[in-house]
Amino acid sequence: MGNKQTIFTDEQLDAYQDCSFFTRKEILRLHERYHELAPHIVPMDYTRNPDVKVPKQLIINMPELMENPFKERIVHSFSEDEEGSLSFNDFVDMFSALSETAPRELKAVYAFKVYDFNTDNFICKSDLEQTLNKLTKEDLTEEEITLVCEKVIEEADMDADGKLGFADFENMISKAPDFLR
Amino acid sequence: RKNREKKDGEEEEVEDGETAADRRKKYKKRRLKDAGIDVAQYEETCKSRKNQAKDGGDLKKSKKRKKRKGKKRKGSSNRTTPNSLICSDSESEEELTEEELAKLKEALEEKKKLIATLRNKSWKMKKKLEVLKDAQDFVEKFEGALGKGKNKQFYAFKVMMSKKWIKFQRDFDNFKTACIPWERKIKEIESHFGSSVASYFIFLRWMYGINIILFGLTFGLIMVPEALMAKPYGSIPRKTVPRAEEAGAMNFATLWDFSGFAQYSVLFYGYYNNQRTIGWLKFRLPLSYFLVGVGAIGYSFMVVIRTMAKNAHDDGGGDDNSFNFSWKMFTSWDYLIGNPETADNKFASITTSFKEAIVEEQESRRDENIHLTRFLRVLANFFALCTLAGSGYLIYFVVRRSQKFALEGLENYGWWERNEVNMVMSLLGMFCPTLFDVISALENYHPRIALRWQLGRIFALFLGNLYTFIIALMDEINLKLEEEMIVKQNMTIWLANLYNGTVPENVTGPPLDVDPADVPRGPCWETMVGQEFVRLTVSDTVTTYITILIGDFLKAVFVRFFNYCWCWDLEYGFPSYSEFDISGNVLGLIFNQGMIWMGAFYAPCLPAINVIRLHTSMYLQCWAVMCCNVPHARVFKASRSNNFYMAMLLFILFLSTLPVVYTVVSIPPSFDCGPFSGKTRMFEVIGETLEHDFPSLFRKFFNLASNPGVILPFILLMVLSIYYLNATSKGYKAMNLELKKKLQSQAEENKRKNKERALKARENQQISMEPQANPKGEKG
Repeated sequence: MGNKQTIFTDEQLDAYQDCSFFTRKEILRLHERYHELAPHIVPMDYTRNPDVKVPKQLIINMPELMENPFKERIVHSFSEDEEGSLSFNDFVDMFSALSETAPRELKAVYAFKVYDFNTDNFICKSDLEQTLNKLTKEDLTEEEITLVCEKVIEEADMDADGKLGFADFENMISKAPDFLR
Repeated sequence: RKNREKKDGEEEEVEDGETAADRRKKYKKRRLKDAGIDVAQYEETCKSRKNQAKDGGDLKKSKKRKKRKGKKRKGSSNRTTPNSLICSDSESEEELTEEELAKLKEALEEKKKLIATLRNKSWKMKKKLEVLKDAQDFVEKFEGALGKGKNKQFYAFKVMMSKKWIKFQRDFDNFKTACIPWERKIKEIESHFGSSVASYFIFLRWMYGINIILFGLTFGLIMVPEALMAKPYGSIPRKTVPRAEEAGAMNFATLWDFSGFAQYSVLFYGYYNNQRTIGWLKFRLPLSYFLVGVGAIGYSFMVVIRTMAKNAHDDGGGDDNSFNFSWKMFTSWDYLIGNPETADNKFASITTSFKEAIVEEQESRRDENIHLTRFLRVLANFFALCTLAGSGYLIYFVVRRSQKFALEGLENYGWWERNEVNMVMSLLGMFCPTLFDVISALENYHPRIALRWQLGRIFALFLGNLYTFIIALMDEINLKLEEEMIVKQNMTIWLANLYNGTVPENVTGPPLDVDPADVPRGPCWETMVGQEFVRLTVSDTVTTYITILIGDFLKAVFVRFFNYCWCWDLEYGFPSYSEFDISGNVLGLIFNQGMIWMGAFYAPCLPAINVIRLHTSMYLQCWAVMCCNVPHARVFKASRSNNFYMAMLLFILFLSTLPVVYTVVSIPPSFDCGPFSGKTRMFEVIGETLEHDFPSLFRKFFNLASNPGVILPFILLMVLSIYYLNATSKGYKAMNLELKKKLQSQAEENKRKNKERALKARENQQISMEPQANPKGEKG
């Protein structure tokens, strides 16, 4: 098949296939997309693992993420630094976790990170409020938002600390009938 | 040759070991700087690692043993010098004790498992890559150490083969995903319309796959052997167009109607000869015909049931209402959406759903409204039933009329009278769903539930139509059977005339000196049935395409361009653009498939026609949906496992096999056409094969097994075991429910306890405000 590519070595491709849910062709296409995002930064030769990062602003404008209300959170939770810029490794990681074949458990971990707006490892009330505002484009009134947040915490909070830990979140999400991305 | 391979394998191994060692050297040098951090990281990554690191430390202290294992441990913990790594390579494995060997094996297994499950870990890619490399090096290096003594070579060979096997599997997987067609198209639709519309196209693709297999079966095992090896066209009466039809046999109208030359070709049952074996391969065509018919149905059952089981397996499972708000909050966004308009609709529908939920929560029951909705729902169901009954009567009426026409001879009537049944069925299938759509607006269900009701109703409609059609066909079959009797009598008279009054004994076929086109024929009801199904499929396809072109495309063009010069806003006002009709399309697909299953036995060309249909409709519908439909006003997510479709498909499959099985088992095949002519029943071909092609012992055994005395107890046993399994599964279900309840109550208990504890703690430590403790969860 496409053995002529010079972007990665075969070992690299194999390693990426071991670490993600993609096939060889898909990884190459991912690189193509990554390259298109910032042609002047991203090299076409990845055999030496160059240390290149694409800033967040470019990534959230991808059509796949553009309409997503949580796009910034998604990028942040896969990024290694504060600004939310992604290296190619992170980029592959992100789409691997978002792909159809990724298992529920993995998705739950990242979903938790996405919804955890202030990155304190808990989904607290402010996180819930922000989530809700993003989901409804701030169409709900104050009281409605508070009510919904209270209900969510009441439903899912098993250890009664007023916020959702990962265990709470996983317990709740694993029972959801349509937790799919 | 094998030996050479083995040697190669060994050499490879040695080389690998060396390069691995080299790599490790470099790697280590780089990593030695922050070895402390690394070790900490590793301890976290896997337990075995930790143990090894400790062991390595111990070993270093004692420094007595320089065995492979020790070396490896040190290697993995990155504390030995590269020199010791290499020099210990030369030592033999015989020094390894049993216990160490076992440990090593265990460690290896663990590494392999780690490699296999690495993609499921929620680490950063960089870390994953590092861990992977490490684990691979480890495995590469020490896999060879496990083999011992005589088995060493064999072991090396095995290791090499397993490596190759893994590589092959990966390549095969890559190939498989590359083979899945239309992935991009479907993704595009997903992003424009959300997952619910895309689920239809995924279903369509799945059906396409099944039909390809069915087509392969009929094409490869029936049509091609017949075309290549059997007697050519024109050699015997059943393979020749009769004299009366010869003039118009090549007209387009005749061919479009699947008579004339099309009728007397491999496309239909009647063309096949009852010769037991054909060609130099001694291909048993009648047997193959029968087995393909059975196999196609069996295969379809297997696939559908397997898919259902798989879907049921990865169902989330929870449908209790305890997490209503949480699920709304965290799972309502459809992450596949990438189109601004759809996104807007989605936002709106999420907001409404939240508002509804809030209202419901606040005044948990609204009494006066519930009565109204109930009344409206009953009313809607009443209307739906009326529509169903009406359409059933219409079809019955039309079929009756067409029988009358047929008795008087079709030549006196025009195109409409000839195609009335098909047209009426297609038109009903076109307009009734719209009617149901209007009716379902009364009911005010959640769109997903509304979709199910809609599906159920259209299902009932189609089913009614199909079965009226089948009953009409059965009537016609009986007529043909009567006709056949008369033809048989005439045939003997005709033969007698041919031989000048002397009826010869043992005449199986017509004499050779008569042109096969002139020989009188029976009506051949099997071909008639096949033709009906083919015609129905084709006319159904054509109406679907025309509906798409007129209903969607022309409407969209009209709305788009007349909007400039119209009195009201066409785009947002009355006609507007149409939404994609998921339920209608899915059901159309399912019923079409049902017709294929029903007709494929009598018309081997049906799967081929269906493959063409599905292929074109994929492109046409993709294009139509992208160019002239708008996203649903209430966008909803399809649940991943669309077992509902599958259940319907299974039901239809069952219903469509019933008539086929009935005709095969209880109606005698025509005497002068088809692969089973001359037999009293079609399935006798099996017995015949057993008699001629199998040893007598086998035949005796088979005869014994087909004895009612054996079969009846067997059936009884099966029924009993089904009953038993059913009972146990019910028991399990009850137990599951019990456990769930217990879990829930326990969780609640915990909650209460925790609350109390938290309250107490707060009271105790009210003065000292402590900061939130950080959890020990993930890092980075």
